[in-house]
Amino acid sequence: MTIEWQHYAATGSYYDELIASATGPRPAARALCEYLASLSDEELRERKTAAELAILVMGITFTVYAEGGSIDRAWPFDIVPRIIPKHEWDRAEAGLKQRVQALNLFIDDLYHEQKIIQDGVFPAEVLVQSVNFRPQCVGVNPRHGVWAHICGSDLVRDKDGTIYVLEDNLRVPSGVSYMLENRVVTKRVFPELFEHQRIQPVDDYTLRLYDMLASLSPRPGDHPTVVVLTPGIYNSAYFEHSYLAQQMGVELVEGSDLEVGDDDCVYMRTIEGLERVDVIYRRIDDLFLDPEAFRPDSALGVKGLMRAWRAGKVALANAPGAGVADDKVVYAFVPEIIKYYLDQDPLIANVPSYLCMREKDRKYVLANLDKLVVKPANESGGYGMMVGPHATSAEHKRFAKLIQKDPRNYMAQPTLALSTSPTLCDDNQMEPRHVDLRPFILSGSPSTYVTTGGLTRVALRKGSLVVNSSQGGGSKDTWIVDTEGL
Amino acid sequence: MLSRVAQNIYWMTRQIERAEDTARLINVNTNLLLDLPRNTTFGWLPLIFIVGADNLFFEKDPNRLADETNVVKFLISDRDHPSSIISSLAAARENLRTTRDTVPQEAWEHINGLYIYARDHLPSRRGRFEFLRRVIRGAQQIGGLLAGAMSRTSAYDFVRLGHYLERADMTTRILDVRSANLLSRTGQTQTQTQQTQTQTQTQTQTATTEKEEQDPFESIQWMSVLKSLSAYQMYRQQVRVRVSGPDVLKFLLQDEYFPRAVAFCLRQLEICLRKLPRNEASLVALAALKQKLNAAAVPELAHEGLHEFIDEVQIGFGELHDQIAAAYFAH
Repeated sequence: MTIEWQHYAATGSYYDELIASATGPRPAARALCEYLASLSDEELRERKTAAELAILVMGITFTVYAEGGSIDRAWPFDIVPRIIPKHEWDRAEAGLKQRVQALNLFIDDLYHEQKIIQDGVFPAEVLVQSVNFRPQCVGVNPRHGVWAHICGSDLVRDKDGTIYVLEDNLRVPSGVSYMLENRVVTKRVFPELFEHQRIQPVDDYTLRLYDMLASLSPRPGDHPTVVVLTPGIYNSAYFEHSYLAQQMGVELVEGSDLEVGDDDCVYMRTIEGLERVDVIYRRIDDLFLDPEAFRPDSALGVKGLMRAWRAGKVALANAPGAGVADDKVVYAFVPEIIKYYLDQDPLIANVPSYLCMREKDRKYVLANLDKLVVKPANESGGYGMMVGPHATSAEHKRFAKLIQKDPRNYMAQPTLALSTSPTLCDDNQMEPRHVDLRPFILSGSPSTYVTTGGLTRVALRKGSLVVNSSQGGGSKDTWIVDTEGL
Repeated sequence: MLSRVAQNIYWMTRQIERAEDTARLINVNTNLLLDLPRNTTFGWLPLIFIVGADNLFFEKDPNRLADETNVVKFLISDRDHPSSIISSLAAARENLRTTRDTVPQEAWEHINGLYIYARDHLPSRRGRFEFLRRVIRGAQQIGGLLAGAMSRTSAYDFVRLGHYLERADMTTRILDVRSANLLSRTGQTQTQTQQTQTQTQTQTQTATTEKEEQDPFESIQWMSVLKSLSAYQMYRQQVRVRVSGPDVLKFLLQDEYFPRAVAFCLRQLEICLRKLPRNEASLVALAALKQKLNAAAVPELAHEGLHEFIDEVQIGFGELHDQIAAAYFAH
């Protein structure tokens, strides 16, 4: 039995990325949908198996924390790409650039004069209570004035098709390696589709990343030494750390490979002796970076790294302290932040947010816990949040207590009717599954760069809205398709 | 190249070679025991001393029986014994996990596969030979993969340093099995002499009866040492005399052409070290080892003092390792 798109159960209560409920496949997805419908059941199954095999052979894995240790799992992947028309993407791209530019100005301001607070646009008490504000960073001037060099912002689409930013990840966003590998797998599985369509390439990310990192070097002119700093193999994103180092042709180092000399320069230990390091793409959280400046018990970091960074002898990407803007309460202020620094209206909307620190909002949240998604300010990976409509009344009560105890740490948003995209499910059936999108934005020099599309994450369980890979999510290749003239 | 990466690669290949050679060690002892008269008293205990793990073996129970079952289990599948086959493979796998970006992808798949095989197939007495054969073959495949897919840069030099240092060490340990089982038993040392024509005349004629009794086993035992090192065929081609103790020792210690011979391994170590920076101290340690080896009076060693000589050589391997670690590895 082949796919009959008229039977595809996009109900109309969600926006479907590929299929319009009334008219069938959307223009940008037409070629893909026709092609998939031309395949027999058997052929479709073969493609799926081929993709699974490719993932196994290429060793694309992620690590899950489980009882009794962590395990490497094959990356769950759905072969049906998610498609966004180019004209629509161009707008989103401009919106992301605008947003990240404003966020970088905001971070730089917070670590200097704090004009935005003096002008009464951003409340001082939010900053005072922020767990990601680092006093150690005050007064530092990173090159180009950029703090968040690599940003991963999560985009979602609501029922009417509007794209929203759900959150910004400014600390150590991950997932880009899967975006790149998903494309490799899809090209292996559906080579014929790439021959006849204008699907925008994604492959130049690691080149752009290297150029951006190199542009941060404190020794311009020289050939800079760039490294990727990983916490080690037990980190859930170790695959990505090793992948990016390999693709950029730079060393993958651990904290113990580096040392800071009396001259405040950072060196790595090589078989030839000590070699100076100019730029560190660090994938370790702030607090573990330097036992001298932050947690003294951190075995992952490098003693004296902050000293070297403050002295301008080494560049860190992202800069320590950039996470101050990666906070779900700060998130609610981003429209004001854009307006304040750029004097522009946001090109991509924020999801309406209720800040529990505001009395009026808190009352509303407490009265509507069964309708809202409640998020702690500083967690990522979907940990510590509550999806109201899916939670038990015991959980509602637990969260009511948590909110009352620490209102600054919680915000709530309406449950969005996340868009769906056709996904090949276990029984070879094409079914709608909820998706989001994580594009990556590089800021530095020569210019701001946004990935073509990004990583589409999909909640593989029916009805689920949680797309995190640690919690049953998978991913898809994302196509930006130029439909002009079609 | 990062010191930590060099260190991990070096240990990875050492551990794979160790797993392979431990399998060979068990094979040689099995065969020796099968070939010897029933009234011989040694057995499996010497292996525990030869791998230098006597403290560990008797740690929990000083009266632990060093019989075939316990010793073989200790050498193959004991996770508390860091040099058992399973521990070596597990450690090699962990070392490679952190250096996957340096070593070809296929090597990772093979090591992973070999580890999983060893983990899931704890051998019975009957299945032991096949199990050991697969461990040996698996290790050889990994060596082949690395040789066929790695550029000859520093990373590959560390592959070979680990490989040849461990191999040289384990070849001497395998020779030590033979010495433990026969050579150092005083009063019987003469039995080997009649096999070397140069020696025969000078030896006393005592213990003639014992000599007659031992002779048929003599060359068979040396043959099984050769076979356990895949050396029998090459020995026959190169040495062209009947299998005799002094000749086998000379071949496995001093031959420059056979790849499991100690002299060959040292030559390879020298080639690698000469390509690396900061090699002075390591080359000095290596030269001392070579001198010791070349100066050895092998025919006499075949009669006595082999175990002591091997001890000295192994201290030399330890010194060479320390110099390599001091120059290149993370401190």
